[in-house]
Order: sequence, then structure tokens, then C-alpha cells
Amino acid sequence: MDVGKYDLNDTAIMQFDPQEREMALTTNDLQVYYGDNHAFYDGSLQFERYKITALIGASGSGKSTFLRSLNRMNDGIARVSGNVWYRGLDINSSKINVYEMRKHIGMVFQRPNPFSKSIWENITFAVKENGVKDKHKLAEIVETSLKSAALWDEVKDHLNSSAVALSGGQQQRLCIARAIAMQPDILLMDEPASALDPISTLKIEETMMELKKHYTIIIVTHNMQQASRVSDYTAFFHLGHVIEYDKTKNIFTFPQKKATEDYVSGNFG
Amino acid sequence: MDPIKKKIQNKSKETRQELIGKILSYSSILLIVLVVLSIFIFVASKGIATFTQNNASLKDFFFSTDWSPTAVGKDGRPLVGALPMITGSFGVTLLAVLFATPFAIGTALYMTEIASKKGRNFLQIVTELLVGIPSVVYGFIGLNVVVPFVREHFGGSGYGILSGAFVLFVMVLPTVTSLTVDSLRAVPSHYKSASLALGATEWQTIYKVTLRAALPGILTAVIFGMARAFGEALAVQMVIGNATLMPKGLLSASSTLTSVLTMGIGNTVMGTVGNNALWSLALVLLVMSLVFNLLVKWIGRKGRF
Amino acid sequence: MNMKTVNKVALTTIKIIAGLVVVILAFLIGRILIQGLPHISWHFLTSPSQEFIAGGGISYQLFNSFYLLILTLLISFPISLGAGIFLSEYAPKNWFTEIIRMAIEILSSLPSVVVGLFGFLLFVVQFKMGFSIIAGAIALTFFNLPLLTRNVEQALESVSDLQREAGLALGLSKWKTVIKVIIPEALPGIVTGIVLGAGRVFGEAAALIYTAGQSASTIDFTNWNPFNAASPLNWSRPAETLAVHIWKINSEGIMPDAAAVSAGTSAVLIIVVLIFNLSARYLGNKLYRKYTAAGK
Repeated sequence: MDVGKYDLNDTAIMQFDPQEREMALTTNDLQVYYGDNHAFYDGSLQFERYKITALIGASGSGKSTFLRSLNRMNDGIARVSGNVWYRGLDINSSKINVYEMRKHIGMVFQRPNPFSKSIWENITFAVKENGVKDKHKLAEIVETSLKSAALWDEVKDHLNSSAVALSGGQQQRLCIARAIAMQPDILLMDEPASALDPISTLKIEETMMELKKHYTIIIVTHNMQQASRVSDYTAFFHLGHVIEYDKTKNIFTFPQKKATEDYVSGNFG
Repeated sequence: MDPIKKKIQNKSKETRQELIGKILSYSSILLIVLVVLSIFIFVASKGIATFTQNNASLKDFFFSTDWSPTAVGKDGRPLVGALPMITGSFGVTLLAVLFATPFAIGTALYMTEIASKKGRNFLQIVTELLVGIPSVVYGFIGLNVVVPFVREHFGGSGYGILSGAFVLFVMVLPTVTSLTVDSLRAVPSHYKSASLALGATEWQTIYKVTLRAALPGILTAVIFGMARAFGEALAVQMVIGNATLMPKGLLSASSTLTSVLTMGIGNTVMGTVGNNALWSLALVLLVMSLVFNLLVKWIGRKGRF
Repeated sequence: MNMKTVNKVALTTIKIIAGLVVVILAFLIGRILIQGLPHISWHFLTSPSQEFIAGGGISYQLFNSFYLLILTLLISFPISLGAGIFLSEYAPKNWFTEIIRMAIEILSSLPSVVVGLFGFLLFVVQFKMGFSIIAGAIALTFFNLPLLTRNVEQALESVSDLQREAGLALGLSKWKTVIKVIIPEALPGIVTGIVLGAGRVFGEAAALIYTAGQSASTIDFTNWNPFNAASPLNWSRPAETLAVHIWKINSEGIMPDAAAVSAGTSAVLIIVVLIFNLSARYLGNKLYRKYTAAGK
């Protein structure tokens, strides 16, 4: 099927009424360039607080590039123009303290990347750097974050053993726990389950449902079932453009655009 | 005001760490660059002084064979003929590389094309140990083994370019070998399998395909070997005889740029013409090492396949 | 000759050449050890050298070699760590970095005698340090810097970018991530490079002849105040090392047992260097196993 046939400028982007709902993050005309290569065009999306928003699309659609721009992980790799509004600040501005910002907008990556340290140190390392030194307080943070990531029961008896010895699924949940331990506002997840087996994937999805009570989650996934299972809102990305953004239910049942419809029904490329 | 908003707008511990990190790493790297620059500036300014302050002739330096910097010639200029040393340096270097290259290529071919993993590892250790032996130890062996050997089998005193070349041959062998191994490994394996599949023998494949594809890399290896041989001081100085005369052959006592430098710097007074002339030799060494570097770069650019 | 015979002859020649290289190494090491080991005794290792009579040892030279090595590593490691971090983590992709890389390459290919002469000119003469351990250590630092820097850079680059992203995404500074996450990961590679460099530094003589000097001043091993001229730790005294000692004896030694002393010294030198090389290899292998095991 020819994917070049869709009109990339024919889009349907849902707008929230800011009076009615609280937005955690809003992007405005975000564009990303890798050198001369224009990788992402015009992303203006609003992300509601305490909801899960899924970014779906084929590989190369720009969804990961977009996500990584939300907490400046593209610094030094790509040039990003436009605005990312967070707490009334444009965090895409050079005046922003990116380190401080990233403490509030955490990220979990596609491949599990625990430090080659113990489970305990993986979680406490950044927390300690952030000024928490009290042993009891740290123990409490380790326990709550591991519990939120549904890993506590599996590792509570060997917190001092190396994180690298855990299974892939456990490592990924440890990375989620590590991000949660910083108590961020927003959690960005870049295909967190793509490298995992179905059981681990299910566990991560359960974890996310639990987490959304306290966190705003934006997740990139190429797994449509996953998007429809966990997310409240879904944005469909295609060739560097956001084609459609709506409630997840609408995207999967009554998509407005042909490209979206073809993609969610599996008639795509 | 929102405390988080405030934090995001202000500097933090991390900003300071980042600044310190940048200062430390930038100053380390700048220090190295500064060292390289000052080596060039100091040696060049000293080396040029022979011609600017002491009025020596640049033509004599390269083409005359009279090296006696404290004396003056008929034209009233100091006798700074460096041709004997330049000849000696090039002589030992070229001869050493001439000996070493076939050995290096053979060993490298054995390691990459013939040997089992065990054999390869063993030769890897052998070459690493050869690199590890200090140059004075090579000189000592040269003095005790090579010099008597040359005296008995080739004649003369045993000191001279041939002995120097023998010692340097072993010294540059590991350098040339390991770089040749790298370039042979870089030849895509489908080149070889295609050739073998067409019915060529192993040797035909090695000779017509592998070696040809690896040629730029092997040339680079040889130049690195030359650079090492040209700059080696003590091992050569111990076996070459240290006579600042034009070499009459491979068996007469001669000298190289490095050997005259090591013997002379301690016996001359800073700032005199005798001392400055030695710095001019050092400048030649410096320039040659630059030339070898540029040659390697040039081949690297031309030889990409 | 037909093709098959040519093939056979050529392959056999290659094998013979490789065999000859092994024989050369075996001969070198065998000769040094056979000639030198009989002269090594407790007395040889612990008594000072003699200029005119037989029976001298190498205690001062042995101590000087190790002291110089330690000082050199103390100076060169922090600098090459900083420079390696720059190249691997901070270097922008532009002409500036290109020039820096070029400069490091040039420094690594400079003849060590030139590096030594520069040290002589700048530190011994210009800065009036005289022939001294510290001047020698600085010259050896220049000699050691380029290789160590490149080694640090490679070790850091072998650590996955995922680890860097993990640190940055938690709000850590890049510097903190490098120091606390990347360097510990790269440590085995860095240590291997330091040990290999130590072997090179330990055997180097040309850079030292005119910096640390060619005389072993009397050392009083009971006085450890670094500011006393006779103290082993004093770094402004001239200090002949093992390698320089070998050169010196062979160029102008007049003691009756010169051949025996230099054979013994060569054997000691080679043993120490071999230990450095083999332990670097061992560390390198351990590192390799660690990575392949983690890759499963």
C-alpha cells in the first residue's frame, strides 16, 4: 500500500478547553531537525494532567523524536524549535535549567538501562544527589517506588545485589521505579515494553494504570493494543506530522482521517 | 510563586558541576595542545638560531659533510654539515623497514589467514612483548649480539648502519605487524570468499585480493614503522659507532641525528654555536615526524576503498 | 610449478616467517634472562652502584625508577582523564576538535629524545630546576599523555550511551554522570591502559638522560622528609633510573664488571616490564569476559 498518498497537512487535532481541564504540558509549533534533515513538523499538542497519552505511528514517524524533545533529551543531537509549555515556562528555551527540569519530567527508555550498581543504589543514586541523605527516608523512597513499579515483592530480599542480574522486564520496572523515586510531575516513556516478553509487558501496563493516579504519562508505542488498553488520549504520527489527536476511544473506533483509519485497522504499509 | 517553576529558572548544583567539569576537561586538553605548541616553538627557535645568529649556511647544513660546529670553514661560517647524520638516519630507517616489512606481512598473514585462534593469540602476545622490551635493552643486546655477529660475518668493526638497521628491524617489527594485522582484518570477508569460490588457491586469494585491498593500510603501517625507527635514539646510538663522518658503507662507524643529539647535548654549552647546531638536528627530527604524520593522513585519505 | 605447489610453498613460507618472529622473541628474552639472572642477588638489588670497582648494585636506580613512575602517573593520569573526558563527552564536531586530535597524534609520534630535550630546555635550564626527578617526571608525562588520553577516550566511548541517557534523564549533570556512572563502567579499560603505559614509562631512557640526569645521588633510606636533599622522596635531586643506568654503563662505564651489571639490570628491567605487560593483558581479558558475559 502506498503510504505517500495521504495529505500530511490534513489533520484533526483535538483542542482542550484550559478552563475546564488542567494541562500538564503543552507544545506549540515544535519542529525538530537533525542537521539538514527536517525530522518533525509542527507538533502542537496539549497533554492533560493525570492521564495517559499514547503516541502511535509507524517507525520513523517522529514520535520518539517528539517525545525526546519534551524534556530536552535531544540537546546536542538535534535542533528543536518551537515551545514546550510547562508550569507557565517555555522549557525549550536556552535559559531553562535543564537538569532541574528533568527532575520533574522523567523518562523511561526503550531498552532497560539500569546502572551497573545495586538495586538500592540505582534508585537512591539520583535521589541522594538531589539532597536526600537520611537513611530512613531513602529506605522509604526505595520501598514506595519499587512498590509503585510492582517490583518490590520480587527484589525486596536482595536490594544490594546487582541490577544487571535482573531479567529484562525486572530491569525495565526498576528503571520506572528509578524515575518515580525522583517524584516527577510527568513521566515520558519511549516504547517501554517493546523489548519485553508479553508477561512483563502486562506487568508494565498494570504499573502504568496504577501510576496515573499521581503522574501524567506520555507513552510512545507501536503496539496499538497497548495504546488502546492503557491510554486516555492517542495521537497518531505519520512521516513527521501529527495527523490526528483525540480520545483513544475515538481514534480506534471512529478515526476521522484516512491515514489513521488505515493504520489502526492494520491496512497500512 | 510556584517553587518548582522558580527552581527551573535558576542555577543549581548541577549547573555548577557542569561548569567545573567543562573547565577541568577543557583545561586538560588545552594543556596538551600547549605542550605540543611549545615543543615546536622552542625547538624551532633554537634550531633556526644556528642560521640566523651563528650565520651558518643552510645549504652546508643539508649538503656538506663537515660536521665540526665549533670550527669555521674558509668562508668564515661554522662547519655544520649534517649530511652524514641525515644519511645515517635515513639509511638505518630504510634498511630496517626493508627487513621488517616482509616479516611483518608474513606474520600478519599468518595471524589473520592461517592461524587458529590459539596461534593468533600467541603471536599477539609475542608482538606485544616485543613492543614492551625497552629500547636500551635492545641496544644492550645489539652491543652484545648484533655487533659481534656483524663483525664476524660481514667484516669491519661491527659498528655501523647495518648493525643499527638489524636492531631497529626487531624494534619496528611489532609496530608494523600489528598495524598490518588491523588492515588485513578490515578487508571484507566476502572479498576472500568470492575469490575462493571462484576456485583460486589460498595464496592467490591472499596475493591478488587480500593484500591488494589492504595495501593502503600496510603502507600506513610501514610509515609508522619508519617514524619509530627514525626517532629511536639510544638503541641505535649504542651500536652505530658514533663517528660524524659520511658513512663509507653499511659497515663503517657512522651516526644518526638522534645519536649525535644524545651524545652531544651534554657536552656543549647552551647558546653556543655547537649547541645550536644540535638543536637544528632536533628540528629536522621534529619536521620529519610531522612529515610521517602527514603522509599517513594523506594515504588514509587517498586509500579509502 | 603449478598453482598448487606455489600455494603450498607460499603458505609454508608464511608459517616459517611467523615461526622466526617467535624465535627472535624467545632468543631475546632467553638471552637477557640467562645472561642476567645469575647476577641478580639480594646484594645486587639492595646496594648502591659502584663507578670504579666491581660488586656494585642497583638499589638507587631501582628506587628511582619506581618513584619516577609513580610521580609520572600522578601527574599524567588526571590530565589525561580530563582530556579523555573532553574528547569522549564534550568535544564538539568541528575544526577545533580536529586540531586537538591532530596535536595529540603528533605528540604521540614525536621521538622521545626530542621530548626529553624539550624538557631539558624548558625545565632543567629555563626554569632552573636542574637535573631532577621532577623534570624527569614532567618529560615522561609528555611522553605518556597522548597514549593515556586516547586510552581513556576509548574506554569511555565503549560505555553505552544508554547509561549517559539514564543519568541525564534523572536530572544529573553530564559531569556527574560521567564521574559516577561512566567512569566506573570504563574503569577496567582505563586501568589496563595505565598499566601498559607504566611499562613504557618504566623502560624509557632517552627522555630522561637530560631531564632526570645520569647520576644517582646518594640516597639515605632512613630519611623520608621530601625536602631533605638525601631523602628518597626528594624530587629535586638528579636520579638515574634502571634504563638510563644500562645506557650509561654501556656508553662509558669503566667498572670491571660492567657487562655483568648491565646484564643483571636488563634482566630486572625486563622482568618488571613483562609483569606490567602481562597484568595489563590479564586485566584486558577480564574486561573482555565481563562484556561478553553481560551481552548474553
